[in-house]
Amino acid sequence: MLTKPAHKPKRGFTPDIIVVCLICLLPLLWLVWRFLQNDLGVNPVETLVRQLGVWGLRLLVVGLLITPVARIFKQPRLIRWRRPVGLFAFAYVALHLTSYIAVDQFFDWGRIWADIVKRPYITFGMIAFVLLIPLALTSFNAAIKRLGGVAWRNLHKLVYVIVPLGVLHYFLLVKADKTMPLVYGGIVLVLLGWRLWRWIRRKV
Amino acid sequence: MLIRHAPDLTENDVTPKETYLRRREIMAMGIGAGLSALAGGAQAAQLTGKLSGKKTFWTNEAQTPREAVTTYNNFYEFGTDKSEPAKYAAALTTRPWTIKLDGKAAKPQTVDIETLLKGALEERIYRLRCVEGWSMVIPWIGIPLADVIKRAEPTADAKYVAFESLARPKEMRGVRSPVLHWPYVEGLRIDEAMNSLAFLAVGLYGDLLPNQNGAPIRLVVPWKYGFKSIKSIVRISFTNKQPSTSWNLSAPDEYGFYSNVNPTVDHPRWSQATERRIGEFRRRDTLMFNGYGDNVAHLYKGMDLQKYY
Repeated sequence: MLTKPAHKPKRGFTPDIIVVCLICLLPLLWLVWRFLQNDLGVNPVETLVRQLGVWGLRLLVVGLLITPVARIFKQPRLIRWRRPVGLFAFAYVALHLTSYIAVDQFFDWGRIWADIVKRPYITFGMIAFVLLIPLALTSFNAAIKRLGGVAWRNLHKLVYVIVPLGVLHYFLLVKADKTMPLVYGGIVLVLLGWRLWRWIRRKV
Repeated sequence: MLIRHAPDLTENDVTPKETYLRRREIMAMGIGAGLSALAGGAQAAQLTGKLSGKKTFWTNEAQTPREAVTTYNNFYEFGTDKSEPAKYAAALTTRPWTIKLDGKAAKPQTVDIETLLKGALEERIYRLRCVEGWSMVIPWIGIPLADVIKRAEPTADAKYVAFESLARPKEMRGVRSPVLHWPYVEGLRIDEAMNSLAFLAVGLYGDLLPNQNGAPIRLVVPWKYGFKSIKSIVRISFTNKQPSTSWNLSAPDEYGFYSNVNPTVDHPRWSQATERRIGEFRRRDTLMFNGYGDNVAHLYKGMDLQKYY
């Protein structure tokens, strides 16, 4: 088509993106509401820290799910949802860490540092969080342009390491019943397996 | 509007299971006590009238609200989530109930729970420290473990005491999956078991033990992590070798036989230096032997507690 396209590709906060943001915000609002209502159970601090972590992991998994769904169902517009979902995942993980530092440990830096170095599950969780930071910092258009599409895409492949680290963090923390971490692990395995399979198919 | 009868519903269908099970429990206690319990509204003070009044083991620390004590439980026989025992333990039938005392003893025997309930009961307020890093203060009612052990007259060969919980898959949904070794087993050295702190609880907060807290009878060893305080006991055996314990079988490097509360020996996956007292916001320092060193430290004299964790 040489004439002006009938529909310019939409950018920014289109209605679907706003809806995605609102949905991502719901668990947080729900948690804050329950916290204020004193409805987070017998051990509210633990519930708060755990729920923030679990929602961070859930959104990371949803973020990994978007590309396969968009490709399989031929809905390329869905790709745009990755950014809000990914940024919200980062926000939940950051709040998870903040609640651990500020509410659970009450800024006892000595103990926190000892935890990070000595407790494998906290070590892996911290690595995952640190690796998320560059991804969050480069999640705006100017950064993508500056890095160039290829470099940006390669950088964001870090998420293939981050999500398994998050699952490992969860797995190592659970005492006896590993069902839930294994469920997350299984889903992540399928989502990463799909990418591997496509990559191999392209190579041969 | 169409109003119709519901002849397909029986009394059975409209009585909540909890109510129905409580009714049984109340009957078991004797009609008189049952009626007064009913008259008193919910389940007020079923056992307080029977207490000896001894205040040997007491603390003035704030008691953890009953609501928390009865809804935040690790009782994997009813599920691994701490809210699950309160939801599903009502399915457990706690009568008839007997405890088998066997092994290296002169008078092995089977004791009926009713016999124990008829004897002298005392109230003790103990701190409970969970290996997960939280703690509570609970007013238990029960009898010294030593009193029950003496009934069986353990022989000189009895170096250890092995405990076994009920494992009844029909009523305990958690037992249907192999998350832990079933039946749940625990153990103590005989001198630990004979220590005056070791207690068999049949009640808390003045009432019979709620099922989720280990009805009808459970161990309370407050200087050890909570998982040592085995619930719903059906068997106590005297042995000459160290008995296996469910958590030790599940993760030997994480849960030792002794499992004394010790802030200087970390769980491999988390620190044990601090704990959160349920109901409090800030963590507090964990005390050696959960603050019961005066009573029990002598039991471990000369032992390397890093090794015998």
